[in-house]
Amino acid sequence: MSIRHGLMALLAEGDGYGNQLRTSFEERTGGTWPLNIGQVYQTLDRLVRDGLVTTVEPGDGDLPPQARTLYGLTPTGRAEVVRWFAEPVSRAPAPRDELSIKLALAMGLPGVDVTAVLDAQRAATMRTLQALTSLRHRHLAADPASARKPWMLVLERLVFDTEAELRWLDHCQATLDPTEAPR
Amino acid sequence: MRFATAAPALAVHAAWRIHGAGRLAVTALAGVSLEVWPGELVAVMGPSGSGKSTLLNLAGGLDQPTRGDVRIMGTSTVGRRPAALAQLRRRHLGLVFQELNLVGSLTALENVALPRELDGVPVRTARREAGEALEAVGLGHRADRFPARLSGGEQQRVAIARALVGGRRLVLADEPTGALDTSTGDEVLRLIRERCDTGAAALVVTHNPRHAAWADRVVFLRDGREATRSDYGAEPFGAARPADRAAPADGRGLSAPTAGGTLGAPGVEGPARGSGELPLAGLAAALEAPR
Ligand SMILES: Nc1ncnc2c1ncn2[C@@H]1O[C@H](COP(=O)(O)OP(=O)(O)O)[C@@H](O)[C@H]1O
Ligand SMILES: [Mg+2]
Repeated sequence: MSIRHGLMALLAEGDGYGNQLRTSFEERTGGTWPLNIGQVYQTLDRLVRDGLVTTVEPGDGDLPPQARTLYGLTPTGRAEVVRWFAEPVSRAPAPRDELSIKLALAMGLPGVDVTAVLDAQRAATMRTLQALTSLRHRHLAADPASARKPWMLVLERLVFDTEAELRWLDHCQATLDPTEAPR
Repeated sequence: MRFATAAPALAVHAAWRIHGAGRLAVTALAGVSLEVWPGELVAVMGPSGSGKSTLLNLAGGLDQPTRGDVRIMGTSTVGRRPAALAQLRRRHLGLVFQELNLVGSLTALENVALPRELDGVPVRTARREAGEALEAVGLGHRADRFPARLSGGEQQRVAIARALVGGRRLVLADEPTGALDTSTGDEVLRLIRERCDTGAAALVVTHNPRHAAWADRVVFLRDGREATRSDYGAEPFGAARPADRAAPADGRGLSAPTAGGTLGAPGVEGPARGSGELPLAGLAAALEAPR
């Protein structure tokens, strides 16, 4: 994903300055995707060029003109935001996942202990899940309202992905050793 | 996060458990060692038949190792008489199983008070302690209900209150979330986690990775041996590390662990350091690093 759609989605809520857009993008996503301001203005310029965003001419002030420019969506831009939300995201990168490929190569390769590969991964992935669970727990303990924050969804997505990887590792182990029940 | 005490709450040292003898011998556990310190939650995972329940039974003094040692609060269970073991259990540990073993004809409060009354504690004291234990698991308002009128998650919380009543500091739980849906199970683990963060110790068997992830340490068994383990290590799992607990309540106790260690990479940032900071900053880099 480019940040184009992210910025346009925020503009669908109302007009905004570049710096405001950057701040609210980072707040929503909890800082998982830091933006630099140059990137934001560059993207906004392209959106203006493509007719998706308009600008209100900057008034007077000490700040550079870009920082004084108010951005807003055009009707075409608004339609593009609607289209973006309606369209499912593709799962393209999954088959090239390094772990899948590593295990596919390890199976049947002489001298490679696949169980050891699985165990090492299991420990590392569990550690990630422990770290995510701890982080989630500390946020919820510090502020129960964080359960409903947009960035909490970002964090929980990582929890689900990590959990799924552990279940898949168990499945791989059970495939290697059919006497072993999947739990 | 381990509290600085003289001895672990539970120490299993090179423990073997062999059923039967000769050609019919079944090795249920083959040299497992682990420690659970006050403040720690340790999870045990592994396929069925890998020795999880055997380990838990040894840890609870319900069974004896064929070789090796098991110490509960510094006292070895090996060679101890059943009466002495029962006393050791009653003083220090609480057991929680998938099947709840709550007494149906007693209220939640009476169920929790029961082990203390069996300890010989006066009824009035036992009930007061039981009330406190129920408060600690967020069930003060359910004290007078019978088990049948509690949800599955509430019943399991009563079982945890019963395990911890009267100053018991070691909880052993075998698949405590097995009969619960994932999110109710998660609440049960959160509760055990919070008890540990205030100084209890827990050893929990689970097959759900999401539940195991509440632990400081996860030990994976296979064929009675430790296959691997994941150690969250020195990072405080809960809201604060012990050193911070003693510090003045200026919000620093909630600060995140500093960078390093957490994922073998830049540390995962913790919650709400100050109002302006982003809760997940640094997370992406930390997660990307090892792979
Ligand atoms: N009393 C017993 N007699 C013989 N074998 C036993 C006994 N208890 C357990 N086992 C065996 O020991 C192994 C470990 O069992 P257990 O600890 O119950 O595994 P888990 O809880 O991981 O499913 C299994 O192979 C089981 O069949
Ligand atoms: Mg079992």
